[in-house]
Amino acid sequence: MCGIAGIIRRGSPGNIGGEMTSMLQSLKHRGPDSTGFAVYGVPEKNQFVMRFKVAEQEDLNSGFDIHQQITDRRETVDSRMKEMGAEIISQDTVTEYAFRYTFSKEGSLHRMADYIEDVEGAEIISLGSALELIKDLGDAGVVSGQYNLGKFNGTHAIGHTRMATESDVDIRSAHPYWAYPFNDVSVVHNGQLTSYWNWRRTLEHRGHRFMSNCDSELIAVYLADKMNNGVELETAMKDSLDELDGVFTYVVATSDRLGMAKDLMAAKPMVLYESDDFVALASEEVAIRSIFPHEIDTFDPYEGEVRVWQL
Amino acid sequence: MATIDNSFDAGLHTEQLGGRTQEIFFSAEEEENFVYPYNAFEVDSSKKTEFDAQNLESSDINLKIRELMKEGFGHIVVKNPSAKHSIAVGILNRLQLDFDGSLGYFGCGLVDGPNIKISGRVGWSFAENMMAGTIIVEKNAGSTFGAAIRGGDLVCKGDVGSRTGIDMKGGTIIVGGRTGTLSGFMMQRGRMIVLGDAGSNLGDSMYDGTIYVGGKIASLGVDAVAGEMTDLEAEWIERKLALYGMKAPNGAENLQKIVAGKQLWNYDNLEPTEKKIVL
Repeated sequence: MCGIAGIIRRGSPGNIGGEMTSMLQSLKHRGPDSTGFAVYGVPEKNQFVMRFKVAEQEDLNSGFDIHQQITDRRETVDSRMKEMGAEIISQDTVTEYAFRYTFSKEGSLHRMADYIEDVEGAEIISLGSALELIKDLGDAGVVSGQYNLGKFNGTHAIGHTRMATESDVDIRSAHPYWAYPFNDVSVVHNGQLTSYWNWRRTLEHRGHRFMSNCDSELIAVYLADKMNNGVELETAMKDSLDELDGVFTYVVATSDRLGMAKDLMAAKPMVLYESDDFVALASEEVAIRSIFPHEIDTFDPYEGEVRVWQL
Repeated sequence: MATIDNSFDAGLHTEQLGGRTQEIFFSAEEEENFVYPYNAFEVDSSKKTEFDAQNLESSDINLKIRELMKEGFGHIVVKNPSAKHSIAVGILNRLQLDFDGSLGYFGCGLVDGPNIKISGRVGWSFAENMMAGTIIVEKNAGSTFGAAIRGGDLVCKGDVGSRTGIDMKGGTIIVGGRTGTLSGFMMQRGRMIVLGDAGSNLGDSMYDGTIYVGGKIASLGVDAVAGEMTDLEAEWIERKLALYGMKAPNGAENLQKIVAGKQLWNYDNLEPTEKKIVL
């Protein structure tokens, strides 16, 4: 089933982490397997944020050596970043296997990202100047507490509660997905893509990398491919309605925009609320109510509808 | 061998059926069988009460409504339902039930008799299998609004999502605004009045029933065709809309009427062997 949500503060930044935690916690019944957040903070000049992991949560039960292996893998990541000319500003150990770095670097990040992901077990969860992507097993309360998201200050966020159907229950199959290699682009999805393997083969032939077998990752890679070819985000989303097959509603965020798309069958739910200061959207109104308890007017987008909001 | 000519001979009318709308199938002398074995209450419509649902779970709200009906209250006002799911399901008696706010998914399903008003909006699968009574939603509604309803009047004054009235078997659905794709899909009986636009594949594979549309129709579904509006229908629609303070923008006589073309395979009378020859 899965639950998806998004919120954008059109006025000033605020506690976007706490708001998204409330929204996702009220969608817990739609999928308790894993929870993910893509939160957008206020960017620092010439500074990037990278979230990455060097093991899966389940790997911690795989033997005595794993703890040393995690240390070794992280040291390798550090040395490779320095080798590629990155200056590490801060390093936070969020869990034993997941880390948050801030760093500065001149030029493209793409090569460095490839070099880091070449380390065994390493996966960059997100990379950008505003985006921070957090996902792990458990409900929104658990994941938010574990990664200290309850007081995250920012401008907008998207999130996902997962009911695993097409792939395993693990972090790599959890949403959101970063649209590698595009800075600050993330996607959450509710539905099934029936043309997954056809499109995956096509996109792999074009040089894109897939980190999971989850069909939702395809949307992020598909949009990345379009943008890589100079297609504007909203146009790429409209194209996806014709080119991707299945039943789906998805939400995408960039450093300054939030968008949603609903397939032609309108088989997956989405409720919207818009005011001068906020746009909030979710699979169920009860999620929006968790942050706007007063009476509000909401509506459903229709089949084949694409909407994009600017900060 | 004895032949069974009709449903009376088959014994179908001596069964204890539960639905109020089944009443037309009963003869007067069988009236004693027309009872609800469970879940029905004698209520007094002049006895009114209210409660705040803000901090209650869905199941607690339903239990509270049930308790109040048991105490004989015939008019209940629920404040702050906060878009919670599965509220007011399975109410099988006369009752005036007012919601001051919005309901979530699966609200008011299987009701048989109550008059319900919702001041806000409602989520997906609202009033599924409604049997009788009236329900009025003042704002918008989600998808599968009034799926498989069998009777009563179900009104949404705003816009509704996709698949409105899917599989409906009777009753009337009225939409003040727009409806989404596949509305009236596999509709079997009843009437749907949409004053705004209708999405693609309207009335796809409908068996019977009638759809009236005031705005643009994106496309008709398989076997849905235009019908001819009669004066009698237009008058009926005007009277029906007036009951809920609504009006067709360009007059009921100018609504587009959509019916089943009845050209699908299930309408022919051919035996499989005959069909093989024809095909």
